[in-house]
Amino acid sequence: MSHSTPDPNAAAGNVYDGLLEHHDVAGDDSQWAFGTDFEDPLAGVDTTVPDDVDAHELATYCLMLGDDALVLSQRISEWCSNAPDLEEDIALANIALDLLGQARLLLARAAAADPSVVPTLPEGSPVPAEDALAFFRDAGQFRNLRITEVPNGDFAHVVVRTLLFATVRLSLFTRLAESRDPVLAAIAAKGVKELTYHRDYAGRWFLTLAQGTDESRRRLTAALAELWPLFGEPLSTHPVEAGVAAAGVGVDPAAVADEVDVVLEQVFAVSGVDRPGAAPLAGVQGRTGRDGLHTEALSRMLAEMQVVARAHPMGKW
Amino acid sequence: MPTATATATTAYDIAASVTDPEMPMLTLEDLGVLRGVRESGGRVVVTITPTYSGCPAMATMRDDLVHKLTDAGYDARVEVALSPAWSSDWISERGRAALRAHGLSAPGRAPSADGPIALNLSPTRRRLTCPRCGSAQVELTSEFGATACKALYRCTACLEPFEHVKEI
Repeated sequence: MSHSTPDPNAAAGNVYDGLLEHHDVAGDDSQWAFGTDFEDPLAGVDTTVPDDVDAHELATYCLMLGDDALVLSQRISEWCSNAPDLEEDIALANIALDLLGQARLLLARAAAADPSVVPTLPEGSPVPAEDALAFFRDAGQFRNLRITEVPNGDFAHVVVRTLLFATVRLSLFTRLAESRDPVLAAIAAKGVKELTYHRDYAGRWFLTLAQGTDESRRRLTAALAELWPLFGEPLSTHPVEAGVAAAGVGVDPAAVADEVDVVLEQVFAVSGVDRPGAAPLAGVQGRTGRDGLHTEALSRMLAEMQVVARAHPMGKW
Repeated sequence: MPTATATATTAYDIAASVTDPEMPMLTLEDLGVLRGVRESGGRVVVTITPTYSGCPAMATMRDDLVHKLTDAGYDARVEVALSPAWSSDWISERGRAALRAHGLSAPGRAPSADGPIALNLSPTRRRLTCPRCGSAQVELTSEFGATACKALYRCTACLEPFEHVKEI
């Protein structure tokens, strides 16, 4: 006995129905690879802010650290399919993914600490708070360092940027793992393990490019000269950072400056590269990335990153 | 009608049997991401912890857990534990054997972090053997692989590439 070819339009159902009837649980959507709903990355985590800590200040601090990771993650993601070889393409994608994970947790922590920082979306929107923060704020509301937002250059540029960024962030997170905010402490303790790989990766490539050919060395020193003026900002203290450091929940970046210096000196010395002498890029009337003052590159980057989410605030299309 | 204890044990067994979506030879229990199963107000609450901050498998793990438990008649919910941070040291002996049996190299001891972390500018040295031919003649291709938790190696004896689960 043979079976006739099923008619996909038959009223009795079509050959694909089997894919949709997983079992009889209402609302079951297991056939979708990642489900169709949003999950809370802090589900079940106690997000109570310690009594004597200013919740808004803690939230703002989490936005700073979260925005740094989100914006640099997006920049590094732009390398996908453009790296010099497949291994570096995968490595950069992994680094971007780690940073995206850190950003998600930090933005969720910011929202849980002080819901007033989250942009308002239409009634009934299923977009979770951390996505609302990522996709529905304008450039002026982002608190990231400007070194994370400037456009990509060549491969040496992403190596230098990752080295500078990961070196500061690893030092900060090592101390932040002792934060009096247990949520921030846990996010930082996890991040330390990831950032250790990022810093080593970038440090090895820095050395390789410095000791490679004349051309690789020229490109490396050019990238370092270009990014160095933006490296004053990550190590200077913003009033919010001073506040959370005093409260024992955050870390003053100035406090890790010496440690960062030692690490970078080690890389420069082994690589035979001189430390650049360029002065830090000034803020505008004292305002920098931490205050929402950005280069015009951030607006363009966000336009691309946010366009789909903004077109569909109800999370459906 | 099972007693509360028996129910919890059974719910644990079910949760423990769910496999990792990216390394399906490992159960969540063997991977060390299953942190607890408890009954609370008639519901089963399963606690898992991410391996990496951005691990995209977390949502699938949650969905798979809810499914398996729902199929068994439980009203299940999944929570996240961020602390202590997952370590590759939590992969069980059975899990390590399963990795090797499937051509993956199991992680060595995770580095212990105490104070500032030293910069390491030379390639990571690990004493590994090829999971296919057993040769120690292996070389690191990249510290980053197809998933966040793996590095890429190749064996210079049998010339096959293989993945190594990283120490964190």
